[in-house]
Amino acid sequence: MLATRVIQEQGIHVEGINFFTGFCVEGHTHAIRRQDQKKQKRNNALWVAEQLGIKLHIIDVIEEYKDVLLNPKHGYGSNLNPCLDCKGFMVKKAHEWAMEHGFDFIITGEVIGQRPMSQRRDTMPVIARESGAHDRLVRPLSAKLLPPTLPEREGWLDREGLLDFNGRGRRPQIALAKEFGFEDYAQPAGGCCFLTDAQYSAKLTDLWQARGNRAYEFDDIMLLKVGRHLRPGKAYKVIIAREEGENRFLEGYRKQFIHLFSTSHPGPLALIDGITGPEDIELAARLVARFGKGRDADSVTLVVHGPDNAAQTLNVAPLSDQDIPQEWYI
Amino acid sequence: MSDQTLDVRGQLCPIPVIRCQGRISGMSSGETLEVLCTDPGTLHDIPAWCRIHGHKVRDTAEDGGEIRILIEVCD
Repeated sequence: MLATRVIQEQGIHVEGINFFTGFCVEGHTHAIRRQDQKKQKRNNALWVAEQLGIKLHIIDVIEEYKDVLLNPKHGYGSNLNPCLDCKGFMVKKAHEWAMEHGFDFIITGEVIGQRPMSQRRDTMPVIARESGAHDRLVRPLSAKLLPPTLPEREGWLDREGLLDFNGRGRRPQIALAKEFGFEDYAQPAGGCCFLTDAQYSAKLTDLWQARGNRAYEFDDIMLLKVGRHLRPGKAYKVIIAREEGENRFLEGYRKQFIHLFSTSHPGPLALIDGITGPEDIELAARLVARFGKGRDADSVTLVVHGPDNAAQTLNVAPLSDQDIPQEWYI
Repeated sequence: MSDQTLDVRGQLCPIPVIRCQGRISGMSSGETLEVLCTDPGTLHDIPAWCRIHGHKVRDTAEDGGEIRILIEVCD
């Protein structure tokens, strides 16, 4: 937001690009859960674009992003976040888009030293080089601390109008936001990617281990954002909705998975992901019963729909807390 | 009646916005697109996308969890 306004102040036309990897923490995540319904559902990128008066192009990179996540040249951060490769990929895509659409250079809001992986002084040239953007990549907020780029050398940009922000502190950014009259902005250092989340990364790792390979589809990574995930057996896991919003979301996957729910007591919808036998189904049913209103009942009736949608009714005793080993929780 | 219909029911934002953006890029000024969706976020995101790209939202309606947004494509 600040970098864009700094460039706009020089009379330059700017348009925004936002990439959707599938791992983005955005309004849709709150849309799923009923308890989050009161949270603002705005898409931050769209909101920022509107504040700045610029066009925004949202680009689906779900498929292309797989290679970034699965084969990060620079490795991962503390979880499954391939931040440096991710930044290089996005700058590359932005640069390609800019060249195809007749733009002269690209800008990012990067600040030297602000992030431990992707915004270090030594990684900034790596991103410029590996993205192929080279000196058509301008970081307006730290430009004065970096070598002059092509737009500065050519006089398209006045270097004096650019900034010298540096480090993790946000005071200069907050002061500049005030100067520009920005009263509302995305919270600094707010996680915007599920891959930085330890619990999400554990679920993704579990998915890969269970399948014996690291392939994934969009639905896989969406489902990891929702429900309790428990793995009672190596070959299958059970995804149990935690509340009504998640129930509705999981309903959309009923045709793809064995699914079950209680008919004798209110309770969650659950999906079974993997290969199961009759004993596994019964164990899953006892597990699902544990998370419904019938948890203390002697017997709970559940309906299990198989892949062919054939229904089977089971009467089971809910598992107790002690019956559920902690290691089942992913 | 709209010139085209885009069905993104069951899809969560920003996918409906991305599909809408793709469809409109192939349409001409004055044509209308009816978008059918279920994610409540579309009620905010699609009109916001239209505003920044200069398209007009002619109508929005919500019925039983189903959302219908009618867009007029503008230059």
